[in-house]
Amino acid sequence: MRSTKAILITGMTWIIAVTYFFPVSWMFINSFKSENDAASLTPKFVFKPTLESFSRLADRGMIDYLTNSLMASVISTSVVLILAIPAAYALSIRPIVKVQDALFFFISTRFMPAAASILPLFIIFKNLRVLDNIFALSLVYAAMNLPIAIWMMRSFLSEVPQEVIEASRIDGANFETELWSVVLPIVLPGIAAVALICFIFSWNEYFFSVLLTSANAKTTPPFLASFVDGRGQFLAVLSAASTVAALPVILAGWFAQKQLVRGLAMGAVK
Amino acid sequence: MAAGVKRQNQEKSAVKEKILPRKLIAPALIFSIALTQVPFLVTIYFSLMEWNLLKPQEKAFAGIDNYIYVFQTGDLLPAIIATVGLTAFSVICSLFVGLFFAVLLDRKFRGQSVARTLIITPFLIMPAASALIWKFSMFDTNIGVINYIVQKLGFSAIGWSTQYPYISVIILLTWQYAPFMMLILLSGLQSQSREVLEAASVDRAGSWRTFAFITLPHLRQYIEIAILLGTIMLLQAFDPVAIMTKGTGGTKTLAYLLYERAFVGMNVGQAAAYGVVTVILTIIVATISLRSLFKVFISGVNK
Repeated sequence: MRSTKAILITGMTWIIAVTYFFPVSWMFINSFKSENDAASLTPKFVFKPTLESFSRLADRGMIDYLTNSLMASVISTSVVLILAIPAAYALSIRPIVKVQDALFFFISTRFMPAAASILPLFIIFKNLRVLDNIFALSLVYAAMNLPIAIWMMRSFLSEVPQEVIEASRIDGANFETELWSVVLPIVLPGIAAVALICFIFSWNEYFFSVLLTSANAKTTPPFLASFVDGRGQFLAVLSAASTVAALPVILAGWFAQKQLVRGLAMGAVK
Repeated sequence: MAAGVKRQNQEKSAVKEKILPRKLIAPALIFSIALTQVPFLVTIYFSLMEWNLLKPQEKAFAGIDNYIYVFQTGDLLPAIIATVGLTAFSVICSLFVGLFFAVLLDRKFRGQSVARTLIITPFLIMPAASALIWKFSMFDTNIGVINYIVQKLGFSAIGWSTQYPYISVIILLTWQYAPFMMLILLSGLQSQSREVLEAASVDRAGSWRTFAFITLPHLRQYIEIAILLGTIMLLQAFDPVAIMTKGTGGTKTLAYLLYERAFVGMNVGQAAAYGVVTVILTIIVATISLRSLFKVFISGVNK
């Protein structure tokens, strides 16, 4: 009796999970169809698979947009780590008096809508001739991710046992040694989680990219949106582009689920 | 003599102790101020200018004209309602769906981790891609899968993103963010003490009673965190509106309105005024939620 119920619930869970995942699998399936098969009025599950859409993506230069996305994500994540590690260290291991104020300030900048800064950034970038420049875009992404990174990092750092730090100080370790050879190795998994999340946010970002870049520095999300303006059938090629664009983050997220949760909840959830 | 030197060193290191944290935090602080606060001050300055990018020679000081315009045209209130409404409905829907998933996944069964992985995937997909995929392969009147099912059930096709843009955006946002809620709530469920749950089952408390009187109170803190983080993320959701509805049917949020003024209408002064008003409203909402966020997190951290 009890096991029948358990089997039923398990079955239901599976049906729900597969249904919920369906739009993703449909995107994946459509990317291997010809445009005619993808535009069929009756959804086609049996069809002759083709790589046509993927080769059309290559023709449209998707690789350039992916490269731009990769550069923006790597550069901004590096900048964030360089700035956030010392700041979080100061806020957790060597707390100064106004920790709460500093934390409050950082997180409030995250609440600040992009609307507050986009116009001046656009005009300033235009005057500095860095509109449509991948480095300028990366700096904006770094500013966008910095507050969350500091919060997450602080929560990881505050878990470093105080005894370990004191022991190293008694051994006469100066600050650099303390940070580099004592603290950082312990929180390395945490730093990896922070880096992953910053990478994902930058990789997926749409608003700033669509407004601050055009021909040279455009990243993948606005490139995806550009398919919509095309005439005729585009679902297969759009699905292929979406699959390629989403795949890196999906894979990274699948493998790092635990760290992702911990990081995204900014350390409030273990 | 030696003692004096030692004291001097101690004083030195005490001063160093005080300066070091400031030095460490300064770069992050300066960077953050330069890229978020300074632009905001510039936005305020712009909002006092009459400045259209299409007529650059007519740039002039406008005083509060732009603000009068913003409050008189009647675009502002609908935009506030759209922003608050879309955020609130999406947060609530994704919270309930997420809770349902978390409860389903909080038991041992074959392939539990695979099911969880399938369910979190929508959260990982690039939001622009999700919006496009839903618009063209799910909601489309001709080739959308949902309409295929709707028609099979004997109804006529529904133009989701054109007829019901508001609901479409909420469905999309819920699909994207319910997994995030689920992840937080699931870790809450898994942190429950097994002993308490076993004691409840020994006492023959039914599963509903156990859920209502033991699990839900335990989850409270996690629910608060999920709501607050969800609100931060969803308040700024721009992609679904820009891609799926282009602001039609009550989905013109403040972010989209500003985008339209500035980058379609090219009116810097008016757009800046919208920006300033948006920020002031956000500050009001954010201060309230931030204070509680802060309480939740600080108590969580210091436990």
